[in-house]
Amino acid sequence: MSDTLIKMIFGRLSIESLPIHEPIVVATFAGVALGGIALVGALTYFRLWGYLWKEWFTTVDHKRIGIMYMVLGLVMLLRGFADAIMMRLQQSMAFGANEGYLNSHHYDQIFTAHGVIMIFFVAMPFVTGLMNFVVPLQIGARDVSFPFLNNFSFWMTAAGAALVMASLFIGEFARTGWLAMAPLSGLDYSPDVGVDYYIWALQIAGVGTLLSGVNLVATIVKMRAPGMGLMKMPIFTWTALATNILIVAAFPVLTAVLAMLSLDRYVGTQFFTNTGGGNPMMYVNMIWIWGHPEVYILILPAFGIFSEVTSTFSGKRLFGYTSMVYAVLVITILSYLVWLHHFFTMGSGASVNSFFGITTMIISIPTGAKIFNWLFTMYKGRIRFELPMMWTVAFMLTFVIGGMTGVMLAVPPADFVLHNSLFLVAHFHNVIIGGVLFGLFAGINYWWPKAFGFKLDKKWGLVSFWCWVVGFWVAFTPLYVLGLMGVTRRLRHFEDPSLQIWFVVAAIGAAIIAVGIAAFLMQIFVSIRNREALRDDSGDPWNARTLEWATSSPPPAYNFAFSPVIHDLDAWYDMKARGAKRPITGYLPIHMPKNTGTGIILAGFSLVVGFAMIWYIWWLAAAAFLGLLVTAIVHTFNYDRDFYISAEEVTETENARTTVLARLGA
Amino acid sequence: MSATTVPTGDTPVFYQLEEEHHEPGGSTLLGFWMYLMSDCLIFAMLFAAWGVYGTSFAGGPTSHELFKLPLVAVNTAMLLFSSITYGFAMIAMQEQRKGAVQAWLLLTALFGAAFLGIELYEFSELIHEGAGPWRSAFLSSFFTLVGTHGLHVTFGLIWLFTLMVQIGRKGLIPANVRRLQCLSLFWHFLDVIWIGVFTFVYLFGAMR
Amino acid sequence: MTPFRRALRPTALIATLAAPLILGGCDLVVMNPSGDVARQQADLILWSVFLMLLIIVPVMILTVVFAVKYRASNTESEYKPDWDHSTRIELVIWSAPLLIIIALGALTWLTTHQLDPYRPLDRIAPGKPIPAGQEPLEIQVVSLDWKWLFIYPEQGVATVNELVLPADRQVRFRLTSSSVMNTFYVPAMAGMIYTMPGMETKLHAVMNRVGTFEGVSANYSGAGFSDMRFPTLSVDNAGFDQWVAKTKASGGSLDAAQYLTLEKPSEKVPAMHFGAIEAGLFDRIVQMCVKPGTTCGGHMMHHGAGAQEVAPAVNNRSGDGADGALMKSPDEMKTSPHLTHPHGAPAGHSEPGADSNRNMTRMDAPAYPGRAAAGEA
Repeated sequence: MSDTLIKMIFGRLSIESLPIHEPIVVATFAGVALGGIALVGALTYFRLWGYLWKEWFTTVDHKRIGIMYMVLGLVMLLRGFADAIMMRLQQSMAFGANEGYLNSHHYDQIFTAHGVIMIFFVAMPFVTGLMNFVVPLQIGARDVSFPFLNNFSFWMTAAGAALVMASLFIGEFARTGWLAMAPLSGLDYSPDVGVDYYIWALQIAGVGTLLSGVNLVATIVKMRAPGMGLMKMPIFTWTALATNILIVAAFPVLTAVLAMLSLDRYVGTQFFTNTGGGNPMMYVNMIWIWGHPEVYILILPAFGIFSEVTSTFSGKRLFGYTSMVYAVLVITILSYLVWLHHFFTMGSGASVNSFFGITTMIISIPTGAKIFNWLFTMYKGRIRFELPMMWTVAFMLTFVIGGMTGVMLAVPPADFVLHNSLFLVAHFHNVIIGGVLFGLFAGINYWWPKAFGFKLDKKWGLVSFWCWVVGFWVAFTPLYVLGLMGVTRRLRHFEDPSLQIWFVVAAIGAAIIAVGIAAFLMQIFVSIRNREALRDDSGDPWNARTLEWATSSPPPAYNFAFSPVIHDLDAWYDMKARGAKRPITGYLPIHMPKNTGTGIILAGFSLVVGFAMIWYIWWLAAAAFLGLLVTAIVHTFNYDRDFYISAEEVTETENARTTVLARLGA
Repeated sequence: MSATTVPTGDTPVFYQLEEEHHEPGGSTLLGFWMYLMSDCLIFAMLFAAWGVYGTSFAGGPTSHELFKLPLVAVNTAMLLFSSITYGFAMIAMQEQRKGAVQAWLLLTALFGAAFLGIELYEFSELIHEGAGPWRSAFLSSFFTLVGTHGLHVTFGLIWLFTLMVQIGRKGLIPANVRRLQCLSLFWHFLDVIWIGVFTFVYLFGAMR
Repeated sequence: MTPFRRALRPTALIATLAAPLILGGCDLVVMNPSGDVARQQADLILWSVFLMLLIIVPVMILTVVFAVKYRASNTESEYKPDWDHSTRIELVIWSAPLLIIIALGALTWLTTHQLDPYRPLDRIAPGKPIPAGQEPLEIQVVSLDWKWLFIYPEQGVATVNELVLPADRQVRFRLTSSSVMNTFYVPAMAGMIYTMPGMETKLHAVMNRVGTFEGVSANYSGAGFSDMRFPTLSVDNAGFDQWVAKTKASGGSLDAAQYLTLEKPSEKVPAMHFGAIEAGLFDRIVQMCVKPGTTCGGHMMHHGAGAQEVAPAVNNRSGDGADGALMKSPDEMKTSPHLTHPHGAPAGHSEPGADSNRNMTRMDAPAYPGRAAAGEA
């Protein structure tokens, strides 16, 4: 076969593209492959494929999709954290003559992958998953507005994640930093497949994120239970609304800027090149116009979780609900007016820098007000220190420090010395771990019993909690100090031996966090094993206040047999207080959407399009795109998308619940 | 409220015992609007790029030299006509006249295809003259903005034909009416975007 | 034994864990710099921390106090389950942060203008004005893949990876980059600023102490980024003149051809000196027209705030970048091997332009000479 023909068939994919000479990658691959084979074998042996396909992969139930998002986030957390450990290890040993164990080709991919994975494929799926699971329940709805779209969104996110994972074993990932700044990410300086993996993974996952944003906004606006006016919406739903509005308004920017970068790479346009009139600063501006709102997309739902948790475990109404809501809205709007603070040092004028510095500081006012609101929710309460509440208190103590260093970075002349330093790295880990991640752990511990009908084990939860909190501070305090010592980020090797001790301490911190992650996995494992002892039949294990606790745990497919009617902000608390009686007869058939495999097929085609484009296999890209288009069109010819759960089935389910509740009441 | 829980004493109604009739797909239009707004933001970024790069000729041909306004005027007319004919299709839809809807849709498609044809002709001319998107940032942003719009029209056409088949098969059932409404929004949205393109790209560009 | 393993030995481990507590032992160069500009920036950090601690300390204390006092097991404390609003408290919790931000915002506005890197300094040190008639020393900085070029136009000399400047004299840096973005950062002297291809940025700074300091690139720029560090030698006036004379005498000339060789990617380049320079080289670098056959005359990027010079914020060079992937025929297409294969020359190659310099991937077992263990450093 001629070389031309081979290249027409395989593009730039060749046997050399596989990193078979790279011991770390080969060992990882062997591990993943063995694990994968074991998993596939087990699934086949226990005949679970049919079950998984019918009940999970093709499901349109928002609760199951939410859980799948959480599983995706957890898997990717392990990958992203493995990257973190490798970086910490490298930086703690690469001093002077010691080059460490990672060459720059490898190390630079690792820090890029770490950032990309942690933001796009850990934090985003976790946040989206929680919103997906909780929001419809909280507003008394039976599903989201567009259930099929929800399934499709999940699989697109998963396809993006799959591309990032594929880059580990086929070819390589970007060596550019997590935002792939031009001109470094252009074809002139990054001709390999890495940046293409980056672009296609984010574009495909971005479609999913955008559609799930549209979906949840429509759900919250249109599907609230009767009586739930906007100012009676639970605060988590409010933050979810703000977050999804941010998603709808920010992700198109990312799509556009990545599209321009891909045109530069695939068509040879001159958007971000050094030549032909291009301007790399345009890329920096545009990506941060998306990038800063992204930060709030992650943190706002966490704020919502903390609000729910504080109120529930303090046994009190949330203090200052109205000002909380306005604080969220102010943050939502301001998040679009601060993007330039990511590059004060790029030579903007003093007035421009001051403007963006001051708008950034202004965000700290509503954020500060929220912290006070949580404080005064605790004030004169009866605080039960269950795991979610512990995460919340740890968050409050950790996050204020992150907030403070954030405002320091917002002062432009101070930023001149702190920008791109390890101080900055410590700052954003302080708010993302201390804010988003602590919030997610609070949320997981809080809503787990709702999702599965049993609580999470407290002992292992405490181990995980303390390891995370202590590990965080041990890992990142040294980075704050190193930043003040003038040490900058993304360095693979150092000369000054006096710095080493700080990196060693940071590595120890990362190791403590690793124990925290292991303990978290252990917590899940132990809880599943002891699920009978941890079982909660009431559906309301925490004596909580919002609607999701009004139904059984796990909730039936239709969530609520009868739509609840809302009279108060804390709807479920109000129902309990005023003795609402759950109707036990007169069930009606319930209209529900049908499961469909179209979402996973479309995402599969997208994955192939992405992979083929990355490797320049044009025929495959065209074929897969055609498949995508045809599948989508065929799907629109299916008008028969819903069915009724019969009244008998509802009656049966609800009668079982009546029996359980009666036993508990007796 | 149609709830009929028998109130016991002062206890208010907490559960709705009769289903309120939910319009199936009641959020579709809202959802589609939001999608359009997000699409609008993509165009906003492309317009912003045009704003920055509109004069970055890099020693190559300028917009003044390249743009042929008469051709673009014809092109604009095609798209505007297609919007009008789509409007007539919607009127016919409200009157439940299936044949008329199909006829108007076909006319819309023809105008849309004419628009695309002229645009492709313009592109090929430009590339032929050595003014391809790789020549300068000005041309990159021009081709990307106008091309993205054209790509939307293309997908609109595919959608339109699909919908015509579906109406042919199922008639003007509520689901198809909803789809017609969404496509209507989409089609007029593209018209609005084109007005921006015509003004800011072609008119202002030709004056430079 | 690797330093890492050594650090895990019990004694070393204790030393490791204890050392951070002895903060005095480490050199917080950002907080204790040697240049007046960085000094003011450090002061600003302290001020902003102080202002924010006014609110952060009470919040942290209240968090702990409330968490302890209102714990469920303490039935003594008051319990008001329905208390959820107090106008007075709301007023305080919104206005207190607001007041602090107003103060900090005013401080920000003032200092941002005062410490604008484009603005010439108005003093050399506190209470020490700039001597009348003394012009700032101009140093032109070019970040190359992956090293730094410093051109002294008045002195007619140039160096690579070594910055020498006279203490107590204002320096005006004009900066650009040959390929990708970097930031120029000498923590002891002043804040950092980006160097960008086809664009020029400016930085005004002064060193007040004599000594050797570290300079780095703080913005990731590719494989050799980690070693883009350069010693910054701050010397007295006489020392500077001596250094110039010595460099001039050392020979070597930086002309366009030499620059084009130098520009090619290389890593860990030792300091180089050039006794003569081609006039106008820096401007040609900024306009990206050093290569023979390229024409200058494009516009440069100008400072956004300064209304004094107006030029379009874009480069206007004709394109000679890589063709897009879709434009290539299959024959032109290269396969994309995983770059670590085959193993090339070892890291630290200093021959500019050698292809192996991009190939930093050799899995050579690092040598561990008997250097001090981590804890003893």
